[in-house]
Amino acid sequence: MNNVFFYDASFEGLLSAVFEAYVQKQFPDELLPEGAAPPLFAGRVFHVATQEERSRRVWAALEKKLSPAALRGLELVWFSAIPGSDLLLFRYIRKAIDAPASVETDFGDPVVLRFAQLCRRVSREVLRLKQFLRFQKAADGTYFAAVEPEYNVLPLAVDHFADRFSDQPWLIYDLRRGYGFYYDLRSVREVVLQDTPLLRSGRLGKGQAAEGEEQWQQLWKTYFKSIAIRERLNPRLHRQNMPVRFWRHLTEKQ
Amino acid sequence: MKEGVLEKLKILAESAKYDVSCSSSGTVRSGRGKGVGNTVGGVGICHSFAEDGRCISLLKIMLTNHCIYDCAYCINRRSNDVRRATLSVGELVELTMEFYRRNYIEGLFLSSGVVRSPDYTMERLVRVAKDLREAHGFNGYIHLKSIPGASRELVRAAGFYADRLSVNVEIPNEASLRRLAPEKSLESVFQPMRFIRQGVLENQEDRRRLRHVPRFVPAGQSTQMIVGATAETDRDILSLSSALYARPTMRRVYYSGYVSVNTYDDRLPRLKQPPLVRENRLYQADWLLRFYRFRVDEIVDEAHPLLDLELDPKLSWALRHPEFFPLDVNRADYEELLRVPGIGVHSARLIVAARRFGRVDSCQLRRMGVVMKKAQHFLAFRELAVRTVDTLPPESARALFLPARRRKKGEGQLLLDFADE
Ligand code: SF4
Repeated sequence: MNNVFFYDASFEGLLSAVFEAYVQKQFPDELLPEGAAPPLFAGRVFHVATQEERSRRVWAALEKKLSPAALRGLELVWFSAIPGSDLLLFRYIRKAIDAPASVETDFGDPVVLRFAQLCRRVSREVLRLKQFLRFQKAADGTYFAAVEPEYNVLPLAVDHFADRFSDQPWLIYDLRRGYGFYYDLRSVREVVLQDTPLLRSGRLGKGQAAEGEEQWQQLWKTYFKSIAIRERLNPRLHRQNMPVRFWRHLTEKQ
Repeated sequence: MKEGVLEKLKILAESAKYDVSCSSSGTVRSGRGKGVGNTVGGVGICHSFAEDGRCISLLKIMLTNHCIYDCAYCINRRSNDVRRATLSVGELVELTMEFYRRNYIEGLFLSSGVVRSPDYTMERLVRVAKDLREAHGFNGYIHLKSIPGASRELVRAAGFYADRLSVNVEIPNEASLRRLAPEKSLESVFQPMRFIRQGVLENQEDRRRLRHVPRFVPAGQSTQMIVGATAETDRDILSLSSALYARPTMRRVYYSGYVSVNTYDDRLPRLKQPPLVRENRLYQADWLLRFYRFRVDEIVDEAHPLLDLELDPKLSWALRHPEFFPLDVNRADYEELLRVPGIGVHSARLIVAARRFGRVDSCQLRRMGVVMKKAQHFLAFRELAVRTVDTLPPESARALFLPARRRKKGEGQLLLDFADE
């Protein structure tokens, strides 16, 4: 019979579930967010309460077992929010705790391999955010960028932008998930803004943009066109390297 | 921004685009604290891709496309009747800063036609870099072209502002080069390369003694060769690449399939299309030199001076060496695994790591990303009922890997052979 664990769908909740499982010596075959419909043929059902103390202890144990890269991997896979990624994480964590030596490179094991592959996929999305994000300068001097990454990876890219653009105020907003990060020259903080036309289109309208903004965008578009070698046009490669789903917010593709 | 910059940008980007290098790799410099910008480790970031599919990482532009030289393969040669323009130092700096702040680019790649004299030109390139670094606190990536014939002092000055310097070989043979570029010689290219190398080595010395000496071209140098404009074989080209890589500081050699820009000049072939497949094969061969530990004479030799256009160079090597196979994936060492077609650097590492936990079977290989369709013919697996290359006559082995005959026209531009070769 299947073991079903319900939890609050937070990362701390997941770690608490790990703790609970070891206490009960029962491990989940299915992980579901609290409130989801239970499967028809559930075996035993557990409801995990998120407890800070427990999640902290599990994390501390993992810090002893895993390398910094693998710990970062846990974060990456968690942020992917791909269906089933929480159960994968659970199994990976369990493997790491049970094994006497590090399991990180046991790529013959399906859980370890799948974990490594998901890490790569999510880090690629982080990279794409760094590549394809475009700022527009607003009238008040803030640089604004709208993004819609496939996974919830904005938090993983924020440090990069804070390091690179530390002398200009900026706001990066995830339109799909309705939140963003604002940097005011001192620190970065998470913000949720009221719905406005700007947050639907992602483009600064007339009157919102800084003077000259239009012109810089024009210059960039001109450059983008001129740099292509006509004798070598290759639309397929173009789209493969810069997938169409990013075009909506790419200045040069407007 | 002043009037007319748009036009100049257009002209000078068009003039610069045949230089294929674009990478912004090789420097790690954190930005936090002062000025704007950083450079990230490893490979650098491509911010966009042009419609020819090539990465746009840096603002690649010429300071001016006026030139006193007359290199036959160059669109900017003095005898061409093209529109000319010059950007001022201030305009270039502003373009770079504004583009950078909008996350369009990683930095600047600045080259120039030669005006008045090599030193006069080089001095202006250096001024742009200096202004960006010192007056604008710019920490992004700067790649400067080192003008052949410029003095050692100016190359030195450039190296303290730039992450990378480059000098293009363009034509890998003295006689051909002189025929096409009467003002140049291989020595005029190797000399600035030497200046850069010496600069780096001395800088390393200085930095050992004094900790606060600034770094000299931390990302080293690169160069480019034009492919298909002259009679040189792939063996000539790759031998020079391999010799260049053997010297410290040479990080990348780029290959640029010749685009017939000056069709009136009968010293040059008239190609309908640049030799893209050949260019692609050269990049693959270059990759084998740098990451797969191949020697150049294993890839091309007297009997095979040209790369096979139908098969990639690793596969062609493997087919010429059936005695090397089949390999046992559970025993072969890392370097041997790298030689198996279908196994790349990434999967070879996974295999070596995974083996420590137990035997690896063919299903696991597939899941690790090994292209089994290729690899199966080079690996010994009892469970796979295929013939390995050592048991096949050479011709039928080759036939296994030839690409299926032309699919739809226009598809797979880089995958199929082209008409002109
Ligand atoms: S020196 Fe450079 S810009 Fe001038 S013609 Fe030769 S290749 Fe072209």
